[in-house]
Amino acid sequence: MEWVNAVVQGTLLGGLYALFAAGLSLIFGVMRLVNIAHGDLIVLGAYLGLSVTTLLGLHPIAALIVVVPAMALIGYILQRGILNQTLGKDILPPLLVTFGLSVIIQNALLETYSADPQKMNAGALETASVSIGSLSLGLLPVLTFGIAIVVIASLQWMFYRTSLGRAFRATSDNQEIAQLMGLNRRHIFGLAMALALGVTAIAGIMLGIRTSFDPSIGGGRLIFGFEAVIIGGLGNLWGTLIGGVILGVAQTIGAKIDPGWQLLAGHIAFLVILAVRPNGLFPRINE
Amino acid sequence: MTKKTSTWSRRSFVAGGAAALAAPAILSSSRAYAANPVIKVGHVSPRTGPLAGFAEADDYVLDAISNAFSAGLENNGKAYTVEIISKDSQSNPNRAAEVAADLILGDEVDIIVAASTPDTVNPVSDQAEINEVPCITTDCPWQPYFFGRNGVPGEGFQNTYHFFWGLEDVIGAFLDMWDGSGVGKTVAGLFPNDADGNAWGDAELGLPKPLAEAGYNLIDPGRFQPLSDDFSNQIAEYKAAECEIVTGNMIAPDFATFWAQSAQQGFAPKVVTIGKALLFPSVIEALGDRGDGLSSEVWWSPNHPFSSSLTGASSKELADGYTTASGRPWTQPIGFKHALFEVVADVIKRAEDLEDPAAIVDAIASTNLDTITGNVNWANGPINNVTKTPLVAGQWQRDGNALDLKIVANSSAPNIPLTGELKLLS
Repeated sequence: MEWVNAVVQGTLLGGLYALFAAGLSLIFGVMRLVNIAHGDLIVLGAYLGLSVTTLLGLHPIAALIVVVPAMALIGYILQRGILNQTLGKDILPPLLVTFGLSVIIQNALLETYSADPQKMNAGALETASVSIGSLSLGLLPVLTFGIAIVVIASLQWMFYRTSLGRAFRATSDNQEIAQLMGLNRRHIFGLAMALALGVTAIAGIMLGIRTSFDPSIGGGRLIFGFEAVIIGGLGNLWGTLIGGVILGVAQTIGAKIDPGWQLLAGHIAFLVILAVRPNGLFPRINE
Repeated sequence: MTKKTSTWSRRSFVAGGAAALAAPAILSSSRAYAANPVIKVGHVSPRTGPLAGFAEADDYVLDAISNAFSAGLENNGKAYTVEIISKDSQSNPNRAAEVAADLILGDEVDIIVAASTPDTVNPVSDQAEINEVPCITTDCPWQPYFFGRNGVPGEGFQNTYHFFWGLEDVIGAFLDMWDGSGVGKTVAGLFPNDADGNAWGDAELGLPKPLAEAGYNLIDPGRFQPLSDDFSNQIAEYKAAECEIVTGNMIAPDFATFWAQSAQQGFAPKVVTIGKALLFPSVIEALGDRGDGLSSEVWWSPNHPFSSSLTGASSKELADGYTTASGRPWTQPIGFKHALFEVVADVIKRAEDLEDPAAIVDAIASTNLDTITGNVNWANGPINNVTKTPLVAGQWQRDGNALDLKIVANSSAPNIPLTGELKLLS
């Protein structure tokens, strides 16, 4: 039963990791941009959520209505203002620029919000749980997992069933031809980043309810996002969810054996999959 | 760097400016010096990064110290101007070593001081030791300071001195608090795999041995990595063992994760005493109602019956001054940061020859000063180069609108008054 509990808790944790990773996966899928600042953007989302909940007195979940569009707007401006200038044949400039961005965001948050650990107060949601047999499932992890599924399903639907999704896929396949067909590449990239940061905002708020955060914790979250994307296969959104779940379960199983193995087990699972299937379990990008 | 190109270098400007400011004082005492010699004090502190909470009161403390030093300090009948050069370690031990080297070799400081966790104190002390510069540090339990720097008991260090408390004091204070509570003696241990966690969980030098001797059964599932997102396995184990007390040493995000998951999993201990994570009021506030009743070690509080040897301010005045100046609640490092400069001032006044680093080190070693954190006297140390200040245990309790850290156990330092009684969580 304890093992079942470990697997179930790990699966739910995977939902959070999938939310961390979905934005990364989307950006990489559309424009081959590795966003080093992703972890710090998650933390930025959490801080925006905190500001909204304190200023407007909203429940953190309700704050999503404000924070998601705000982050999306930031994403669009960021992409059109800065990141578009760095995209090209060379993958190094965007890496360096996002790295710089990561440092800037961290320090800007530190200046604005100080180094105090903050937490969003979601009231009873934080501590509530449901019992299934002898298992006790926290309502918040279950909700996070549910949101992760909904987010990924909607992204998937948007990607394959809408004209915007077609534009994303076309630009991803061949930027020049897409441009010739009348798609404004810069605008499409801006929309992709907006969408990605909208998802990041959700990840930030779920993180901010689950635990306390300070301006410096973004980097530690980035690695889980990367691992989930790579385990699941580059460019595959459902794969990213599965990647998150594998990472979460590996961690809780590792912790069941010895708490010291928790993070290590996740990293080992990642390395094994990378060694056996360098493109991840369900790669969409073959070219 | 650009300042060096002007004919007025920064050094001469500071010396000249200080002399101009100090001139009336000197003239009135009929000592007509043109300019005072300058003593430079280097200060390394984690102003930014994860440890920035420890340094949040730096500006407030340094302003007060600069005021106290503005007239200069007298040594052997001669007035010295004290210049404090403060640098940021960015909470990074490598950076701390770098700025310490910069202070020693570039600014040529006469004394170097540092505070806040082994990550700041140890690299700065190591640089001072190599370069033979007198060094005073605080705000880091002495075991990670001494053994973390490969100190040999009986030999110690040449130039570096430290004052704070040790693990034995934490254990004593915690046991003191739990003994009076009457709760079950099964204790859940949460020790991360970092310098503090390994020291606290160490089978020989850490909590396990003294807890066993005091009749407590410690359930320690093992070291976990800091910034873990899941504690369900540990919680399951504590539930199975029916732990009523939770203790350990954690960082704030890990504790928040653990504490929320405990509630989700139906684990409700009666006493939760955690080192490090629960020091700052901001952390407790962030936990909301679940922050009420958590307990922690107390190194310094506004109720400590000590006052500054430098400004005469009582603990309460120092803490209230910070709250007035910043609009933020007091924190424990404020007292120690202030005390650090009290010791510096005392050493500068007493040193036989301020030009000679060895004489400054001798002055540090012979310190016997009542500071705002208690008596600092390296002759009383538990080990070479280390002396201890008193430690008590406290519990965060709701007092009106805010949470206040009440001192609930003081048998190791009865001169620090109790301000509350331990309340059980459930």
